[in-house]
Amino acid sequence: MAQTITQKILSKAANRTFVDAGESVWLNVDILLTHDVCGPPTFDIFKEEFGSNAKVWDPKKIVVLPDHYIFTANEHAHRNIDLLRQFAKEQGLEHYYDVGGDRYKGVCHVALAEEGFNLPGTVLFGTDSHTCTSGAFGMFGTGIGNTDAAFILGTGKLWEKVPESMKFTFDDQMPEYLTAKDLILQILGDITTDGATYRAMEFDGEAIFSLPMEERMTLTNMAIEAGGMNGIIAADEVTERYVKARSNKPYELFRSDPDAKYHSTYRYDVRKLEPVVAQPHSPDNRATVRSVQGTKITKSYIGSCTGGKLTDFVMAAKILKGKKVSVTTNIVPATVKVALDLEHERYDGQTLKQIFEDAGCSIALPSCAACLGGPADTVGRSVDNDVVVSTTNRNFPGRMGSKHAGVYLASPLTAAASAITGKLTDPRDFL
Amino acid sequence: MEKIIQGKAYVLGKNIDTDQIIPAEHLVYSLSNPEEVKLYGKYALSGVPPEQGGLPEGNVPFIEEGHFDSKYTIIIAGQNFGCGSSREHAPFALKVAGIKAIIAESYARIFYRNSVDGGFVIPYETSEHLNQMINTGDELKIDVALNTIENLTRKVTYTLNPLGDVFSIVEAGGIFAYARQENLMAQS
Ligand code: SF4
Repeated sequence: MAQTITQKILSKAANRTFVDAGESVWLNVDILLTHDVCGPPTFDIFKEEFGSNAKVWDPKKIVVLPDHYIFTANEHAHRNIDLLRQFAKEQGLEHYYDVGGDRYKGVCHVALAEEGFNLPGTVLFGTDSHTCTSGAFGMFGTGIGNTDAAFILGTGKLWEKVPESMKFTFDDQMPEYLTAKDLILQILGDITTDGATYRAMEFDGEAIFSLPMEERMTLTNMAIEAGGMNGIIAADEVTERYVKARSNKPYELFRSDPDAKYHSTYRYDVRKLEPVVAQPHSPDNRATVRSVQGTKITKSYIGSCTGGKLTDFVMAAKILKGKKVSVTTNIVPATVKVALDLEHERYDGQTLKQIFEDAGCSIALPSCAACLGGPADTVGRSVDNDVVVSTTNRNFPGRMGSKHAGVYLASPLTAAASAITGKLTDPRDFL
Repeated sequence: MEKIIQGKAYVLGKNIDTDQIIPAEHLVYSLSNPEEVKLYGKYALSGVPPEQGGLPEGNVPFIEEGHFDSKYTIIIAGQNFGCGSSREHAPFALKVAGIKAIIAESYARIFYRNSVDGGFVIPYETSEHLNQMINTGDELKIDVALNTIENLTRKVTYTLNPLGDVFSIVEAGGIFAYARQENLMAQS
């Protein structure tokens, strides 16, 4: 029977040859990811259910990446890190990346990729809704709550309902002014925030396979914004090159059968698309940048797992080179690795860091920072009636801090162009 | 599992995301320390813009000033309830506030799973726009065996979608209870 790539991966994890959309199956889990917000309560549930001396099912398969509330004086936040540290020590978790030393990495979804944990054909569950990001590597990744995570900690298994798949094909070559962010915001505008609920979103087409891994991750990252269970892109040479440079673990490549069944299919010609934003207060509230051009902003924020990767900063630097920003502009690298790359990667003779500093941006330490608001002392947190243009993935009321603020989700190109003018600006004006 | 769930309705619109259910700044409280747990009740639904809380009128507080739980027992909402982050604090906060069941037109997957697997609240689905037919404060009665909800204030009964595959987990009281019952945890 024909299967989609998602079905094939789940079949393998369920020790079956075929699984049908809609059936609930028990899966063997390859990696469980958790972080500082959901780790401690997950560990509590684990101990409550399996006993205070219980051992996790496989210490090598658990990755703990604190990233949410890192650079803050909030004492509850510090306590959470202490709890992670304690659990990692007692369980012998080698993949615990502690805060405050050289092991610290930064935003979990980007760090997972950088550290070689994303392997085609595998199954990843994480206590974070953007765990779907890893689907860019031709694998199954999805978010779960603490109870489910505690269940995996003890058993290495979890039930999941096999999703139907929706296919999004992007034809032709990406024009310079268009980014993965524009593609996913385009889709969100078309299918809305519950358009993919309980389904897989599969991305395909020439434009997709011309993208670097980081850009592919921007697409799969926001599958959850449409309610998707997972986003997925079949692995190709680009994926294999990225993975082989970071891991020597075996992996398996899967592709959808040509006659696999889809819930629905969408086709776009990237040459006909334009830079877009999601207006306040929902990721599906799409408008072309041109149509809202001139809207005054008070802040520009370039960061997070969606928009704080090296490729995002290269795009921003392209626009900001030799220019000055006219509003507060926060550059928040997702990880320590990205932060270091800003010092080495050059655009037109200058390092990205120089370009951003010369333009008047402020560069923050790597973490989730104001992507989810965070404690009151968080860098970039929105206040009062801020109007923010942001490369993050959510703009629900209060998401970046103030409930009265409005957030426009945009590509790094649009966020950079708007930072210069202080108004929403189509990046084509600067390219 | 209770066979009858009775209490007052609190009515909301669609796309109630987890930041509205429990804003991110409150995620730092312990989920096991009883004093801190109460704060999850106190701040439940505190991210809902006031005019959208307690429809049709709005501006009805879910938790009254100085209280840690709600006088409402059943939430009635539109599509896509619980979208947003994966925080299990969301159904947990609603449970702490005293909510027993939610009836929405659809749910975000993670919120739905968390509600069921954690045994926090029962997430019922309905194909009718109940949030336009029921007012905040109406007295409701859910019959779990019959999959019905009766509006005692208005004397109307509606049918709910059956819970299907997840009924056995809901009935057991969560995924751990279910796994013990089915011996799924024996291999661990
Ligand atoms: S950067 Fe934002 S979206 Fe990404 S994991 Fe952190 S809080 Fe979540």
